[in-house]
Amino acid sequence: MGFSDADLAAIWLTLRLAGITTLLLLLIGTPLAWWLAHTRSRWRGPVAAVVALPLVLPPTVLGFYLLLAMGPQGPVGQFTQWLGLDALPFTFWGLVVASVIYSMPFVVQPIQNAIEALGRRPLEVAATLRAGPWDRFWTVVVPLARPGFVTAAILGFAHTVGEFGVVLMIGGNIPGETRVVSVQIYDHVEAMEYAEAHWLAGSMVIFSFLVLLALHATHRHTTHGAMP
Amino acid sequence: MKTTLKMIVVGLTALGGVNLAQAEEVSVAVAANFTAPMKAIVAEFENDTGHKAVLSFGGTGKFYAQIKNGAPFQVFLAADDTTPAKLEEEGLVVTGSRFTYAVGTLVLWSASEGIVDADGEVLNNNRFRKIAVANPKLAPYGKAALEVLTNLGLKDSLEPKFVFGENIAQTYQFVSTSNAELGFVALSQVIKEGRIASGSGWIVPGTLHEPIRQEAVVLANGKGNAAAEALMQYLRGDKAAAIIRTFGYAL
Repeated sequence: MGFSDADLAAIWLTLRLAGITTLLLLLIGTPLAWWLAHTRSRWRGPVAAVVALPLVLPPTVLGFYLLLAMGPQGPVGQFTQWLGLDALPFTFWGLVVASVIYSMPFVVQPIQNAIEALGRRPLEVAATLRAGPWDRFWTVVVPLARPGFVTAAILGFAHTVGEFGVVLMIGGNIPGETRVVSVQIYDHVEAMEYAEAHWLAGSMVIFSFLVLLALHATHRHTTHGAMP
Repeated sequence: MKTTLKMIVVGLTALGGVNLAQAEEVSVAVAANFTAPMKAIVAEFENDTGHKAVLSFGGTGKFYAQIKNGAPFQVFLAADDTTPAKLEEEGLVVTGSRFTYAVGTLVLWSASEGIVDADGEVLNNNRFRKIAVANPKLAPYGKAALEVLTNLGLKDSLEPKFVFGENIAQTYQFVSTSNAELGFVALSQVIKEGRIASGSGWIVPGTLHEPIRQEAVVLANGKGNAAAEALMQYLRGDKAAAIIRTFGYAL
């Protein structure tokens, strides 16, 4: 035996969810990390704390409040209704929104660390060479902070793949829409289909191991590069 | 120092001994749909017998996996009759302890007034976006709900509107927060003092699905536990029966 069609659908859905989430997080997380690395605003502490919240909150808390907030009576639900959109719970895009919040610290923090480690000096030098802000970002920040971005992307992707509690709370377990791998494994176990559960669960263990191995490799690469 | 320690040990042993002689403790795994009635029954049970019952609530499938892997439950109140039968085949229950403690009633329910009519006609109009059903693979109430829709010839047309709760408790949560406009839940979840407490509902006739027979067993762990025996007895008694009925179950 191997993967059933339902399993494959869950795997594809999970990869799509993690891919889109990672992309969005790099777009949102980079300016946020930049701001956190450079600002002297008194809002720095509170914003950093909010970004880090998903690290310490149980996913059920996050899922529960997202369900209430996105529901027809919640503020987000009212907003989506006002926009003329469907409510977010039980939809793929609802999961994307939830995953962006849930995986935020895993993307923002590595980028922020990399930018902080960079310091202002390279940017000031680039500015004296008449590089504009965009130019400075693409030719100075991105190449120098590259390991931070790679770490952020890998962690954001992997963490979204491993998401369970939040999806369970707001997903509604719809095949091809919200039934991701972790939920599919849970279903197999609950239905006493242990052989099927092993296939998926074992794959997750191997996947996670490979991700961490890749992460380790990028880190080694960086330290060697940085300290010749 | 040594004597103090000795006294503590002796004291603890004595306390433990007294406990064993008079009242025992039983830990019970309870199907999510039976949460409210079980709390009410156990309050009476503890009062009347002096025994103590520690309750865990959850999905029947999860409890099965946990029991198979050595969970310390002594009594199991399942949401179906197949799981207890399976445990019995596998030699994990005290033989002869299995019996039906309640027969579940299914209700199509909405958190808002005026959505679900008294005959379930709402299923035929197309005016709702999502209908919540417990996962039929895992939850007997979900299986029964699908049987109802199949019998009404509506299963295929409504399928795109399904959202699945992992168990009946989560299904209720989807409906009570209005994230799904309506859904099939257990009558026990929405009933208060004999009637549906809020929103609107249709009590599904039992002829539309196989009966949801919920069975209880004493697990191998509970063999010889006086509190477990007493609880099983109590569940069959008149007092428990009255409570079970007010929560919308048949017997």
